[in-house]
Amino acid sequence: MNPNSFWRSAVAAMSLFALAATAQAQAPVRIGSTLALTGPLSATAQIHKLVGEIYVEQLNKRGGLLGRPVEWIVKDDQSKPDLARTLYEQLITADKVDLLMGPYATGAILSAMGVAQRYDKVLVHHTMGVPSLAKYDMQFPAWSLGADPGNTVPNTVFSALAAAGKTPKTVAIVTSKFPSIHFMSLGAREVAKKLGVQEVLFLEWEFGNRDFGPIAARVKDAKPDFVWVGAIGLDGNLLLDAMKKIDYSPPLHFHLYPAPGPMVQSADANGALSVTIFEDHPPFNTPPVAAEFTKTFRERATKANLPETAVDTQAAASFTAWQILEAGVVATKSLDDKAIAAWLKKNKVPTIQGVLRFDGPNNFGDDLMRVKQVQNGRWVVVFPPDVAAPGVKLVTK
Amino acid sequence: MTWPSWNLLAQSALSGLFVGSLYGLIGLGLGLSWGLLRTINLAHFAFTFAAAYLCYQLSTQGGFDPLLTLLVIAPLFFVVGAALHWVMTRFEVSPFNSLLLTFGLTAIIEAGIQAIWSADFRRLESSYGQQKFKVGDLFVPVPELITLVMSAGLALALWAVLRHTDLGKSMRAAAQDAPIAAAFGVNQRALGLLLAGTCAALAGVAGVCLSLSFTLAPSQIYTWIGVVFATVMMGGLGTALGPLIAGVVIGVSEALTMAVTAPSWAPIVSFTLLIALLLLRPGKT
Repeated sequence: MNPNSFWRSAVAAMSLFALAATAQAQAPVRIGSTLALTGPLSATAQIHKLVGEIYVEQLNKRGGLLGRPVEWIVKDDQSKPDLARTLYEQLITADKVDLLMGPYATGAILSAMGVAQRYDKVLVHHTMGVPSLAKYDMQFPAWSLGADPGNTVPNTVFSALAAAGKTPKTVAIVTSKFPSIHFMSLGAREVAKKLGVQEVLFLEWEFGNRDFGPIAARVKDAKPDFVWVGAIGLDGNLLLDAMKKIDYSPPLHFHLYPAPGPMVQSADANGALSVTIFEDHPPFNTPPVAAEFTKTFRERATKANLPETAVDTQAAASFTAWQILEAGVVATKSLDDKAIAAWLKKNKVPTIQGVLRFDGPNNFGDDLMRVKQVQNGRWVVVFPPDVAAPGVKLVTK
Repeated sequence: MTWPSWNLLAQSALSGLFVGSLYGLIGLGLGLSWGLLRTINLAHFAFTFAAAYLCYQLSTQGGFDPLLTLLVIAPLFFVVGAALHWVMTRFEVSPFNSLLLTFGLTAIIEAGIQAIWSADFRRLESSYGQQKFKVGDLFVPVPELITLVMSAGLALALWAVLRHTDLGKSMRAAAQDAPIAAAFGVNQRALGLLLAGTCAALAGVAGVCLSLSFTLAPSQIYTWIGVVFATVMMGGLGTALGPLIAGVVIGVSEALTMAVTAPSWAPIVSFTLLIALLLLRPGKT
């Protein structure tokens, strides 16, 4: 080979190598997840999709992860846990994603958890309602409802009433039998009993109940000081509608997981109580990260024609999930699932809902659930006082 | 267990009467289509919800009175129903295949609703929603009363047409024995289009009533299928009054169950009634 040819070949080979190395360095970090983009859970999943898009966009503006852009692959699990399982399997084996992000809703999260466990993948998930079911060591909850919400959440609610000088003497506990709701309502029964509040009515209905007239009539007949509604989705609205039709308005009423938009828009819901980890008002939206996120979310949600454009529990938990995953990758400087999981278990992660820890039972940390109330057409946190909206107190009739 | 007050029982029964009349109204078109056209039209539920969303849109964006939207919705769905029947006749779809075809159509309509109105809940706030009056100690909500009146009025009108007019007799004759009916000069094709259109228009009316009382979400299409099928089976296929009566029986039974025992027992009632009826009256449905 003549010397000129040799050097030309060497330069060409080195150039190709450099190009390949650059391409490798800039290959995106692929994060895979499913969401219930269609089916009965799709209303809430739209929020998670929007949040994921916002977060990944902002993350890429900050330089991505480990100097690489981030690509989010999201598949539609159609609100079916069995399909979520198949799709997570696909994401790992066929799409070969680097990291996983959890789906929405307890059933799908449990399905994804099984797959993550089989492949030793970290799974950060958004809003899983039954902490006792999360047995996998490398799963991390983004919803800070604590390890024993059936006890801690009702305690927070009754504490809020006591702080407002409205400790009830009697309570009616009416609840859906939906799994993540039912155990919380049973917990409320226990807490009420311990606090000496007399239970004058306890009713359960199947998920999807259409006629709330008889339930409303029974609550009216029982004359409780306080109604605990184990509500999911529209249950709370339907019950309030039915109550209004018989000219009854409960003195104090709490709804566990209402559809936030319809509840706040209902003329009958003023004074309704619920729980939250985040609301779009100070002090929650004061930190710069939260301020930017809530502003962007409002704009995008308006553009996407979502009825409720303020960040609340679902959007905040979703944003938090991405913050947790980013924190794990940045701290360990790797995409190694075991390293990320080990770091998360030992460290606290600052998020928009507060500082989270994962060293409790089933990796659940503190219960950061706060009590909120519909006041003048918007949700505002009323308890505890240190996170209540400025100048706002729990109002009663 | 303390026995509930008579007022509670009566108010609950009234609530059951109202929701039962909606079961009957949705079931009316479904049962006629099934019994007289031999088409098990699952898309009837999707038509109902599409009409409900259309009513919501016309009322909230267009400012129309929800009941006035019927002037647009009923003819529109008549055309849609007739067109669907024409397609099914053209391709000679069997009753079983009609079930599959209309299930697919339901999924398409659901996706269309979601694309237009999103998956989130939509609530029609109309002037009717706030109206109620009192009869003795009982409260009567106006939107539900409208549903009851529509359901009963349409069921009676259709019963009269099927029972006492040549048109109705021709429809029933064609359903019983199409070749013989044709030999007597019954134009089965035209009657089929008319009946299919009427059934879809009934779905449109049911949709307007649904939007007056219920919050809408695309996936809720499927939550009505079980109880309305039970209503149609109990009421009898191809009858006009049957679904209304069966719907009221189911609605009131469910409501009284909720008033007296645990509300979670209520869904069992409709299917227990259906099973009992099938066992006691075999061949009648």
